[in-house]
Amino acid sequence: MTEEVIKAENLTKVFNKSLVAVDHISFSVKEGEIFGFLGPNGAGKTTTINMLITVLKPTEGTASLLGYDIVKQANEVRKVIGVVPQEYTADEDLTGYENVMLCADLYGIPRDIAKKRALELLELVELTEFKDKRVETYSGGMRRRLELACGLINRPKVLFLDEPTLGLDVQTRAATWEYIRRLKKEYGMTLFMTTHYLEEADALCDRIAIIDHGKIIVTGSPSELKDSLGGDIITIAIKENADVTNIIKSVENVKDVRNENGTYRIKAENGEATAPLIIEALRKRGYTVTRLSLTEPTLNEVYLEYTGRAIRDMEESKESFIAHRITLRRARGG
Amino acid sequence: MSTASTANEYRPSLARGLWALTYRELKKWLKDPIMLVMFVLQPLIWMGLLGKSMNIGGLFSANNINLPPQIQIPGNVILYPSGLQGVVLNGTMLAQMFADMGSSIMQNTFGVTDYFSFMAVGMVSMIVMTTTMFSGMSIVWDRRLGFLDKVISTPVSRAAIIFAKILNGTFRAMFQATVILALAYLLGLQLSSSFTLLNLLGVYAAIFLLGVGLSAVFIAFSIRSTRMERPMQFISLITMPLMFASNTFFPTRLMPDWMQAIANVNPLTYLTDAIRRLTILPLDTSALIWDFTYLGLFAAVLATIGIVLAWRYLTR
Repeated sequence: MTEEVIKAENLTKVFNKSLVAVDHISFSVKEGEIFGFLGPNGAGKTTTINMLITVLKPTEGTASLLGYDIVKQANEVRKVIGVVPQEYTADEDLTGYENVMLCADLYGIPRDIAKKRALELLELVELTEFKDKRVETYSGGMRRRLELACGLINRPKVLFLDEPTLGLDVQTRAATWEYIRRLKKEYGMTLFMTTHYLEEADALCDRIAIIDHGKIIVTGSPSELKDSLGGDIITIAIKENADVTNIIKSVENVKDVRNENGTYRIKAENGEATAPLIIEALRKRGYTVTRLSLTEPTLNEVYLEYTGRAIRDMEESKESFIAHRITLRRARGG
Repeated sequence: MSTASTANEYRPSLARGLWALTYRELKKWLKDPIMLVMFVLQPLIWMGLLGKSMNIGGLFSANNINLPPQIQIPGNVILYPSGLQGVVLNGTMLAQMFADMGSSIMQNTFGVTDYFSFMAVGMVSMIVMTTTMFSGMSIVWDRRLGFLDKVISTPVSRAAIIFAKILNGTFRAMFQATVILALAYLLGLQLSSSFTLLNLLGVYAAIFLLGVGLSAVFIAFSIRSTRMERPMQFISLITMPLMFASNTFFPTRLMPDWMQAIANVNPLTYLTDAIRRLTILPLDTSALIWDFTYLGLFAAVLATIGIVLAWRYLTR
């Protein structure tokens, strides 16, 4: 049964009447799948999540969650969703257990059930040992796990994860991925997540929407997206300072050539056989190939193909984001 | 099969959410006792230094008037009976007479003969005002740290979110006021003879009303802010005028007309008056009823406005 759990139509958010954060996006998420929003910071991922979890009101368009309208039936939506926000929202002055119980109270879960479930969830995210310690003393990974426990307290049908591994080290990230996979497998939960880590989207998501400048550029499963590139990517550089785009294009099986400052990004079917042909064609005209690489398509290529931007552009803004968070925490402590 | 599809029919009640959110705030607050001390410090300094140094009652004491034992009055200043060569007055008696007159002036001006008691009660109002203002603003932090968004995404009653903030500010104010009153008593606040412990309930009721009204205003004011600077500036801008244009330091009766007009609508005046009547002044029921009516209206009107605004702007 593939029921549509989330359905968004022309969802739009404009801030201050001029800043278009999300621009008429439409998509749907099926029951039991992990759906990922992939895009750089500022692309509109968090804004979209915030509309779906009823924190922001859409300027235009609408969306429904399990058939409930996110504006008109916001309270029904709130009951069936869980949220793991990007920020560490747990209260630093309370213990891990107190934080989970606070969430339980907000959902009105009866106390006896809540207590039992809180302990179960803390066990699930491996925080049992630290449950009576103040969150202040937690590491980033522990805080993230605590957010996950809070987000699951109401046994949500749809769980929203906003950049679930932002700022985590490699090991903690792997562990978080494992939790996410378990949620899908053991509880049949539908998950909506945002990320700007390509490998994360590739490893976890059943389907991905690449979002940039508030618009969805393409949607599909990771393998569909990779296949859509139409083959392998050959990258070459030549010694001479000349434009050889047309020569490369004339080679059989070459589908597309892009000259990026003297480096040619070539899309070709059956790359292993085509690469020698390209070298041959260039050599015949007297050009010398100085470098060659052949890659099977990864999401990285997909991303580059659709947004024209490399991941590196995003890494920088990630740093500044984290710096911002640190400032915030200091400001609060002082 | 999944458990996820069965167990979502909980009824988040207003009371439960309100309690959970208020309890969170109170716990936070008890874990940060330094802030408590910091807040008490300012009115304590005002009270201890200004209240004690401005010994207005002392102006009129016999010691201060300090006349020589014999005062010669020459005949030419005496108009009646005419032709008198001069008189000698008993300086001690005269000083006592002035002192008695001074007492009576103090009594008429402040209602009590010592200024310290008068202004110490004013400091209780001051702490109620600053505490509620600052705790109303803590919603800015909740917004910045993402906590507010998380709470909004749960089905908890929107009213609970706002009321928890209001109650937090009000409870804090009541606690701080208790500390200030206790310190004032230790420093020599003189309770009136009609004071009973029951009056304390009245004091708390008055603080509660003003606290609710002021918190609501400040929550509404800072609900859309993501920065602390604007509300902070606003607070520092209005606290001084609110304090001086009220009966906190001086009775309004002797102020110029325009200032009296401000003081007479300033809710701080009514809170201070109510607390004075319940602690250091003899009981005057009709004046108290008027104070409480004003404070009650203030709380009701401002809380309604505050909550409506806050509600409207909680979700952006």
